[in-house]
Amino acid sequence: MEFISEVTDKRVPCYRLLDDDGFLISGTTFEQLDKETAVRMYEKMVSLQIMDTIFYEAQRQGRLSFYLTSTGEEAINIATAAALSPDDIILPQYREPGILLWRGFSMEEFASQCFGTKDGHGKGRQMPIHYGSKSHNFFTVSSPIATQLPQAAGVAYSLKMDGKEACAVAFTGDGGTSEGDFHAAMNFAAVMEAPVLFICRNNGWAISTPISQQFRSDGVVVKGQAYGIRSIRVDGNDALAVYSAIRAAREMVVHEQKPVLVEALTYRVGHHSTSDDSTKYRPVSEIEQWKSIGNPMTRFRNWVKANGWWTDEREIELRVAIRKQVLKAIQVAEKTQKPSLEDLFSDVYDKLPSNLQEQERSLRETINNYKQDFPTDVPL
Amino acid sequence: MGFPLGSLSELRHRSINFRSTVGNSFSWVLPYFPLPFKMPCTTGRGITRIGNFSRIWSSPCRGLQTAVHGQSPPPTKPVNLFSAVNQALHIALDTDPRAYVFGEDVGFGGVFRCTTGLADQFGKRRVFNTPLCEQGIVGFAIGLAAMGNRAIAEIQFADYIFPAFDQIVNEAAKFRYRSGNQFNCGGLTIRTPYGAVGHGGHYHSQSPEAFFCHVPGIKVVIPRSPRQAKGLLLSSIRDPNPVVFLEPKWLYRLAVEEVPEQDYMLPLSEAEVIREGSDITLVGWGAQLSVMEQACVDAEKVSIYFALLDIFEEGISCELVDLKTLIPWDKETVEASVNKTGRLLVSHEAPITGGFGAEISASIVERCFTRLEAPVARVCGLDTPFPLVFEPFYMPTKNKILDAIKSTVKY
Repeated sequence: MEFISEVTDKRVPCYRLLDDDGFLISGTTFEQLDKETAVRMYEKMVSLQIMDTIFYEAQRQGRLSFYLTSTGEEAINIATAAALSPDDIILPQYREPGILLWRGFSMEEFASQCFGTKDGHGKGRQMPIHYGSKSHNFFTVSSPIATQLPQAAGVAYSLKMDGKEACAVAFTGDGGTSEGDFHAAMNFAAVMEAPVLFICRNNGWAISTPISQQFRSDGVVVKGQAYGIRSIRVDGNDALAVYSAIRAAREMVVHEQKPVLVEALTYRVGHHSTSDDSTKYRPVSEIEQWKSIGNPMTRFRNWVKANGWWTDEREIELRVAIRKQVLKAIQVAEKTQKPSLEDLFSDVYDKLPSNLQEQERSLRETINNYKQDFPTDVPL
Repeated sequence: MGFPLGSLSELRHRSINFRSTVGNSFSWVLPYFPLPFKMPCTTGRGITRIGNFSRIWSSPCRGLQTAVHGQSPPPTKPVNLFSAVNQALHIALDTDPRAYVFGEDVGFGGVFRCTTGLADQFGKRRVFNTPLCEQGIVGFAIGLAAMGNRAIAEIQFADYIFPAFDQIVNEAAKFRYRSGNQFNCGGLTIRTPYGAVGHGGHYHSQSPEAFFCHVPGIKVVIPRSPRQAKGLLLSSIRDPNPVVFLEPKWLYRLAVEEVPEQDYMLPLSEAEVIREGSDITLVGWGAQLSVMEQACVDAEKVSIYFALLDIFEEGISCELVDLKTLIPWDKETVEASVNKTGRLLVSHEAPITGGFGAEISASIVERCFTRLEAPVARVCGLDTPFPLVFEPFYMPTKNKILDAIKSTVKY
């Protein structure tokens, strides 16, 4: 009689290409990254960082109701996007705006969603950062955790049946792996042989809950095998390794028509969101350490610079330009009208049912009688 | 003109007696209700195949959108409700190559036989089993529907839909709205058997429709008969909004009706007056309508003494309305009926507190207050979990309804 142990002798290794200072670790295999892609990746990582900084500040100044940064996870965001095809369908959690950035979603579009303007895709119905864009193959963010994961299996099944050279890419955090939907998704994707690339950003924290209180397994990567899913653990702060791993994983998913799980180890340098103060539950020294050692931005910049593809002058130019873009986008969004009142009622169904028609009429009467009770920036 | 429904109800009534005489020796000819264990037959409610269901339920197919004017009516055949569902699924798969049917045990035909033969005809890539995981089934279905497919998901019993509640409420229902109409999962239809069946106890009997009626963004549809089931299911599948389609499992085999063989759809969000009357309006849906119909028939024979006027009134004339779609519901038809009769009774199997009957009651009081001659009556399930041996006590039975009709008319 032999029981399978609950622990393994050796932890699953983590795929890395760049050391903490951005030097290539010798003896590792990886996807070659050309200059153009590498430079664009770094530029987008910088853009994401600047966008986060300014939007976060705008929220702190009370100009924005809510925000959530991807600080510390820039490499996962951008390197993943770069490794995928634009045809791949993204089912995001919420800390993946870098995919949209890579795919050409403009600063104006980010700002109009966050400020809930008439130009925002979501028509002002959801909290800031709940982006979505059909033309960028990016499903709309929803707040419930892990609900997008089983949906990804259905999306992938459709791609498979249509014979598309594309896959579904579903993101979750470490906390999300405790949800029933994570289990459902992994099992469905495996059984249906659905081409889904599951990417877990294991950043160590689900709001205030550390991974030691989230699961007792060797992280997330080991869960793949139990479902019959191939998996890999990658250093999520190493853009080159993420790019390389995602490229390889996507190749398997699309050409072997089955799911793959990628666990990207990282650290949530920022607070969970603007509604959170993470110093209440973790030491500032820990955050500071992650900011400096193995910082994904610094590592990748050092590597790009070492290749002779990047200079400090370009960095300054870029930062000035992006800063301008973001500030302008915010200024424009602040002055842009909100969506009109009819958008409160539209899109619940494809057509307005009689109960909503009646409620709209009644609400308009109330507005006429009590204009002072209602915001003035919503066109009636 | 009324369309009497008598014999179905009569048969349900008769079968109760039948069951109580044969007791445990009763054996199913077909596995009506595939429980993995033998249920105690103590409730005294049995089911058997019904002969002339068609006569009663064959109201003119006013919603038969494909019928050609000036020609003879389309050919029909007598089929039971599970076969009517099967026909609808067959047509849905046949007419749209992007339609898929899946759920637990769907591949071999389903535990209620609704998906019989579909995998053979349309292949295992379009009709297939899923793992035993309701949130997975609905999540998968939402993703499939969001890619422009008709995802027809089966939840084996409505009692087991709750693990999928989050996917239905937070995802399917808000998919279009939250994306500003960039994405939708309108091709989603969730089929699930609901309601009492005589021996189902807590977990094979529930009527969870009210939970879903509180969720803007989905539609809730419940058919009363085979013909209705086929036409309403095809409409639900083709409707560009997610639909929860609750099938009265009591009627899967019991109800037999002439059903057009062709492809046809019955309109959603349109109630139907299935029996005309002048003294009181009865509103219901699904299997409960046959019980209500029986109460209507009995009420015709009742004479009431009005002491104040010192007169006897012979026979109560009841108008019976099938709501069919619970959200968004057809208030206008119910309102018009109550404006005519001045009285309203709502009946459903689900517990009375917070049931959809409360919503109908409140809405009609709002709209018809001055016309109402009595408080709105509700005859519903009790506020207990659905009980096994006590099922006959729990249920909104014919005589409970009849009493409520009498006291409402007498009020």
